[in-house]
Amino acid sequence: MQSTYARSLPAARRGWRGQVISLLGPATIAAGLIWGFVQPWRLTILHPLHQGFWWLAIEPPLLVVVAGIVFALVVARPLLADLEEHDAAAR
Amino acid sequence: MQPRAEMVHWLFATGLLLLGLCLLSEVVVGPEVWRRRRWRTYLWPGLAFAMGVLMWPVMTFFTNSAIHMYAHGSWAEVLMLAGGAELGLVHGRLKSRWWRLTMPLAFVVTGTAFIVHEQNAWFFARSAFLHHLLGWTFLIAAVIPLALAFRPRSATAQTAFALVFVVLAVMLYSDRDTAPVFGHLSPLAGPQHR
Repeated sequence: MQSTYARSLPAARRGWRGQVISLLGPATIAAGLIWGFVQPWRLTILHPLHQGFWWLAIEPPLLVVVAGIVFALVVARPLLADLEEHDAAAR
Repeated sequence: MQPRAEMVHWLFATGLLLLGLCLLSEVVVGPEVWRRRRWRTYLWPGLAFAMGVLMWPVMTFFTNSAIHMYAHGSWAEVLMLAGGAELGLVHGRLKSRWWRLTMPLAFVVTGTAFIVHEQNAWFFARSAFLHHLLGWTFLIAAVIPLALAFRPRSATAQTAFALVFVVLAVMLYSDRDTAPVFGHLSPLAGPQHR
């Protein structure tokens, strides 16, 4: 019961370290999206006709978004779980 | 059907960005939490080592002169050395803290190679400007891993080390094969392609 409640309010229970870790991925994703809006000509996917594979696959703003997603899912998520366990054990 | 040189820079920028984010996370949570999962301790040293390995095909397929080949070959070697040394240290096979000096060595070799293999002046084109900037950034920033070799627990040095990779990633993302820099583009550089 208690752990379920804690999971439903993770942000409230997280210290500043947890907040920073949980923000790194979304902040990176946001940076990529903002870059895409500011320089839309760097997104070949917006005008894909007559473009080769590499121009469609490698687009810097999208790479930043992908890096943010990979970090959030692969690194940040298990790290947050470990951080919460560590903080709970310390209490 | 090879990707253009600028695309290779962007892919390496993505690797550096991930490296910087991992290092930053390690600083934030501290070594105790970071090492709770074994695979995580190998994450950024493994990433650095993998980038060194991937530098070899770059050397093979993207160098158009001897000096380019030497530069990329030396990057591959020092990246693999620094990443491998860090892997050995986190695994416990390597004990001496002097192995940490491989990272400042990698920075110095990388910075020198960037500057030496860029034959054009700063404002020739954006790629020339960024190669000079990256080279000097690596050279100056080498003091950070050097400081970490002697003060591995310094949070300031650890944070600076992580942020350097993020800054380097931004520089590499800004690279274009033929593009102006602050309005300068030498006519010798050729027409801007996009």
